[in-house]
Amino acid sequence: MASDEKKLPQTPSQTVGPFFSYGLASEQYGFSELSSIAGREIAEEDEPGEHIKLVGIIYDGQGAPVSDALVEVWQADSQGRFAHPTDGRQKNTPFTGFGRCGTRTDPKNRFTFATVKPGAVGDGEAPHINLIIFMRGLLSHAYTRVYFSDEETANAADPVLQSVPADRRDTLIATREESSAGVVYRFDIHMQGDQETVFFDV
Amino acid sequence: MSDFSEFSERDWPSHPKYIDEGYKSTTFRGPTKPLIPLQQTLSEVTGPVYGQDSVSALDSDLTMNGRKNGEPLGERMIVTGKVLDEFGRPVPNTLVEIWQANSAGRYVDLMDKHDAPLDPNFYGGGRAVTDSDGNYRFKTIRPGAYPWGNHPNAWRPAHIHFSLFGAGIASRLVTQMYFPGDPLIPLDPIAQATPSVDRLVAGFSLDVTEPEYALGYVFDIVLRGPKQTPMED
Ligand SMILES: [Fe+3]
Repeated sequence: MASDEKKLPQTPSQTVGPFFSYGLASEQYGFSELSSIAGREIAEEDEPGEHIKLVGIIYDGQGAPVSDALVEVWQADSQGRFAHPTDGRQKNTPFTGFGRCGTRTDPKNRFTFATVKPGAVGDGEAPHINLIIFMRGLLSHAYTRVYFSDEETANAADPVLQSVPADRRDTLIATREESSAGVVYRFDIHMQGDQETVFFDV
Repeated sequence: MSDFSEFSERDWPSHPKYIDEGYKSTTFRGPTKPLIPLQQTLSEVTGPVYGQDSVSALDSDLTMNGRKNGEPLGERMIVTGKVLDEFGRPVPNTLVEIWQANSAGRYVDLMDKHDAPLDPNFYGGGRAVTDSDGNYRFKTIRPGAYPWGNHPNAWRPAHIHFSLFGAGIASRLVTQMYFPGDPLIPLDPIAQATPSVDRLVAGFSLDVTEPEYALGYVFDIVLRGPKQTPMED
């Protein structure tokens, strides 16, 4: 057991800057010199669970879509299991639950992820996706969470969601849209303003 | 489900504030409302796992991984260091990604319009995984300074961008490494928005320097870590 006493100060955060494309999202931006460790396709076709798309636009404080942001997602699989040794349950699919998307390659500067809807982890939390946002002009990354509009009962019991002031909870709920193309959850992010998305001090 | 230790909190006094008067892009991009405290769950203490099998030897050698018809131009260097958590424990098997400008101060990113030459033999992106003692090591070319539009005659000090995961997404870090003695650091709003910016300045090391080959720099990185050591089985 380590003590709670801190010994070293954390290395300071810096902005990701505008030029991360070839380093962090090379394949999405058309570079072939370096493979990508993660991208927009998180779930393979045969991954069990409901296949969904998570789509959104990041707006700055003037209401303009941010074209040079990087979004990362981290989530459990459809059974609520994380692909990580701290989660003691045995996962048996190649699903990593991690994705990355830059916002410049889409004509509307949307981020899009093809994934499966996560299951509840089993600790009283509602199904959710953790989201990390980086961009030029953001000196420390921002954490938020995506909850699902069709999980009203679970959302009402979720301790994290319930810790958020009631009038701001909506900023964390992705809207389910069904069409012949499949299930899309829409999750726009507002960095500032009346609708400013809730960001967490994780 | 399993037992887990929470990570220690973000050391806010070490990190720049979201809105900084000198760095203009923060004005309409940094969150303005206070962050909501979050009691960490399994979602935050877990994160993507990448091991040695995720990287090739070429990935950490930026003097080699972009070659088309010759050697990249510029000053070769070794950048190495140890990734620790704030309790002093090495962080093994964690991914370290870097990206940087070439020796002329130009990125291969298509949005970089700086009128400085691209180097056909330099890509500028790479990655490594820390060893069991938390050490990483890159070979690369020293990046040049480049101008940016923040204010008249604004130049970024030479820097290498770093991205790290640590043991869970709570320890996620994106940062930049600077070079000792760079006269642009005191003039750079991004560096100056950063408390203890000296902790982002690498040290020159003659021990790391390789004779007849490359100068050596050491850049150690401290991430958030679990408050308690995992239990032994
Ligand atoms: Fe840069």
